[in-house]
Amino acid sequence: MATETRHLDRTTTLEPTERIEQHGDLAPEQELLTLNMGPHHPATHGVLRLLTTLEGEVVRDIKPIIGYVHTGIEKTAEDKSYWKAIPVVERMDYLSYYFNAMAFCGAVETLLGLEVPKRAQYLRVIHLELNRIASHLIFVATGGLDLGAVSMFWYGWRERDMILDLFEQTSGQRMHTRYIQVGGVAEDVPRGWEQNLRKFIKAMPERNQQYRALLAKNEIALSRLKGVCPLDADELLKYGVTGPLLRAAGNPWDLRKAMPYSSYEDFDFKIPVGTEGDNWDRFAVRLAEIDESVKIIEQAIDGLPEGPHIADDRKVVLPPRHELATSMEALIHHFKLVTEGYRVPPGEVYYPIEGPRGEYGCFVRSDGSSKPARVHMRDPSFVNLQAFAPMVKGAYIADVIATLAMLDPILGGIDR
Amino acid sequence: MEIVRREKAGSPESLRIRRQRAQELLRGPELEGAALEKYVTERVMTTTLDRALNWARANSMFPATFGLACCAIEMMAIVASRVDSARIGSEAFRATPRQADLMIISGRVSIKMAPIVRRVYDQMLEPKWAIAMGACSSSMGVFNNYAIVPADKFMPVDVHVPGCPPRPEALMHGIFKLRKKIMEDPDEGWRRRYEAIGTEEIVRRDDIDPLTDSEVGTGDGRDQAVNVFKPGDTAGA
Amino acid sequence: MPDATGLELLAADLREQVPDAVLDTEHFRGKAALHVAPASIGAVLEFLRGRGFTFLASVHGLDYYPEEPRFGVQYELLDMSALDRITVKLRVPLDDPHVPSVTPDWPTADHQEREIYDMFGVIFDGHPDLRRILMPDDYEGHPQRRDFPVGGEPVLFTYNEAQGTQYTD
Repeated sequence: MATETRHLDRTTTLEPTERIEQHGDLAPEQELLTLNMGPHHPATHGVLRLLTTLEGEVVRDIKPIIGYVHTGIEKTAEDKSYWKAIPVVERMDYLSYYFNAMAFCGAVETLLGLEVPKRAQYLRVIHLELNRIASHLIFVATGGLDLGAVSMFWYGWRERDMILDLFEQTSGQRMHTRYIQVGGVAEDVPRGWEQNLRKFIKAMPERNQQYRALLAKNEIALSRLKGVCPLDADELLKYGVTGPLLRAAGNPWDLRKAMPYSSYEDFDFKIPVGTEGDNWDRFAVRLAEIDESVKIIEQAIDGLPEGPHIADDRKVVLPPRHELATSMEALIHHFKLVTEGYRVPPGEVYYPIEGPRGEYGCFVRSDGSSKPARVHMRDPSFVNLQAFAPMVKGAYIADVIATLAMLDPILGGIDR
Repeated sequence: MEIVRREKAGSPESLRIRRQRAQELLRGPELEGAALEKYVTERVMTTTLDRALNWARANSMFPATFGLACCAIEMMAIVASRVDSARIGSEAFRATPRQADLMIISGRVSIKMAPIVRRVYDQMLEPKWAIAMGACSSSMGVFNNYAIVPADKFMPVDVHVPGCPPRPEALMHGIFKLRKKIMEDPDEGWRRRYEAIGTEEIVRRDDIDPLTDSEVGTGDGRDQAVNVFKPGDTAGA
Repeated sequence: MPDATGLELLAADLREQVPDAVLDTEHFRGKAALHVAPASIGAVLEFLRGRGFTFLASVHGLDYYPEEPRFGVQYELLDMSALDRITVKLRVPLDDPHVPSVTPDWPTADHQEREIYDMFGVIFDGHPDLRRILMPDDYEGHPQRRDFPVGGEPVLFTYNEAQGTQYTD
C-alpha cells in the first residue's frame, strides 16, 4: 500500500495580508475565517484555546491562548515551607508528577548540599521511569482517541492502572504521591512490591508490541501521521524544544545520557531517535521510549542496593518514627521540621531533568528562611507550544488536531 | 429483630406455623397502612410518571467532557475498563453541552476559565446536574490563592466529591449519590442522619449578627443555628 | 559547567567584546553565572552563542523585594556539544523595569518573556507582542511580585457558611 508523504499546501507563498495588498481583495474561496477552538473542546488536551485563521480548510495562522488553568502554583509555593511545597509543585504538570517533585527536590538538595543515598536514587529512577511510561501511555491513548482510534484509549488506561497500583503500593496515592522527598524517597518499598513490579515488567513489552501492531500498519493512522507537519531539528532548537519532539526530528539530546543525574549513568539504555520529524516519528519515538524505560526499570530493580531510603541529615529529613518514642533529639527534630521546616542557605539554583515532554528545570531561590523565595518550573510543554504554530502553518485543520495530539501538551504545566 | 424459635418438625403446633408461613409467602403478610404501601412499592414498579422519568434520567446520565486538570485524568479513568462508567449508563461522554446533562467539573477553575464554565453550564438543557469533582473545584483545594475560584461561587453544584484527585471509585460513589438524589431519595447530610443538628460548637452569642459583627441579631432560624446551646445545655459536645 | 577558572576566562573575553556588560561572576554549587547590565543582554547572548551556547533553555524572572534593584531576569543557556550550562542574570529596578527583548534572535523567549511581563511587570522592549499570557487580559496587578497578596477564600465553617453564597462579594 502506498502511503505517500502529503505535501503541505504551500501553493500560495504570500501571507494573506500581502495578498490583500497585492490584489486588493481576496477571492471568495480565499477568504479568511477565524475559528476559535476551545478552551472547551473535546480534542484539546486540556483547556487550550486556539485562534485559527483558516482559508478553506488550510490553516494560515494559529495563535494559542493559554492561562485557563493558571493556578498560581509558584506563588503558593512561596507561602509554604520546603517540605509542604512538594505536593504543591507536584500538581503542575499533572501527568508527570514524580518529575515535578524530582526537579524541585533536586534543586533543594543542591542548595543544601545534601547527598542522596544510592538506594534512594535507584528507587527514584524506578518511579520516574514508571511515571514516564504512564505519561506516554496516556499520550498514546488520547492520541488514538483524537485520531479516532478509540480502542487505544481502553488499552492505554489498562496499563496505566497497573502502574498506578504500583504507585499506590509504595506511597498510598495513585496520583500526586509526594513520594520523592528532599534527601531521598518518603518510604522504603513494601514487601511484595518487587513481585508486582516484575509482573508488570514482563507484561509491558508484549503489550507495547500489540499497540505497535495495532497502529503501525493501519492505513488510516499512517496517512494521518506519516509526513504530516514535520519540523526540522534546527527550527525546533530555535524554539527551545526538547524531549521526544526533538528526538523525533533527529537530534538525540537526552539529559539522562548527556548530563546524568540520580544514577542514570549506571543503566544501559538507548535513545530512540526519529528521522523525519513528522507526526509518525513523534508517535513512534514515544512508543519506543516505553520499551527503553522498561529496560531501565528492570536493571534498577535487579541492581537495587541495600541501604537507607533517605539521607541521614536529621536537620532536613524526618527521623524514623520508631525513634520518636525513645530519643529526645529525634522528637525535637521532628517537631522543628514539621512546624517550621528546615532552613536552606541562601542561593539560587536551576536543576534540569529529562521528563516525558522534555527538559524540566526547577529554579529555586532561597533567602535563608524556611520558605522558598521563588520557585519556577521551566515547563517543557510551555516552551514546546511555541513550536506549534510553525508546525501547522499550511496544514489542514484535521492535521491541527493530530499534531496537537502528537505534541503532547499538558496544560497544567503550561499554565502552572 | 425478632427471634423465631423453631421446634423440630413433627408437633402439630409447628405444622400450623409452617402452613401459616407458606401462606404468607404466597399471599403476602397481613399488612396495613404505611407498611403495606412500602411493601407494595418495593415489589411493584413505580407507577407515577415522575418517578419513571427520574429513574430513566438517573440511569442514563450523559456527562459533558469537561476535564480541566488532574481530576480529568481520573475522570477519564472511570471511562476506562477497570471502573466502567458505561455500565451505569454514562456510555457516551458528549462533547457538546446541548446533548449532555451532567457536568463533572474535574479540576481547578481559574478566574479566566470561570465565565466559560458558567457559559457551558448555561448551554446545557434542563434537567441538568453538576458534580464538583476534587478539592479544587469544591473549595479551593491545595491552592488557596488569587488565581482560582470554587465552583460554588458561580454555579449550583449538586454533589461534591472530595479527593485530590479522587479515586475513580470515589467519583463513581459520587455519581451514585447523585443518582439517588435524582430519584428523589437523597442521602441525607450526616448531621440529619446522625441527629447531630444542634451540636455545633459556638463561637458567638446569638444576639450578635455573625456576618457583620453588629449588635443586632435578627432572631430568625439562621441565627438560632449560630448559638444552639444555651448555658447548661451542653451534653459534653 | 564551566568551572571557576573557565568562567573567569569567559568573563574576561566578554569584557573585551562587550564593554560594561559584565558586572559580576558567580560560581555556586558547581554552576556558573554571569551578572550583566540589562542594556547589553542582547550582545552578551550573541557572544555566548558564538562560544557554543546555542540553546536558550529558560528565561525566568524573580522579585528580590525588598532589595533593590528589585526585579531579576535570568537566562539559562545550554551548550549541547560541550555539555555545558551557564546562567546570565540581570537586575532592573521598579521605576525603570525595561529590558531589551531577545525574542527576535531567540524565538524561544517569546512566551517566556510574556510570562515575566504578566507576573512581574518587567517590560521587554522590542518584543513583537507583549501582552498578558496567563492572567485575564484586563487583570490589574502583577501577581508574582512579593508584595502582591496571595489571595484566596476564607475556609467555611458553620458559623460563616453564609459567606460562601454571597456571590457578589
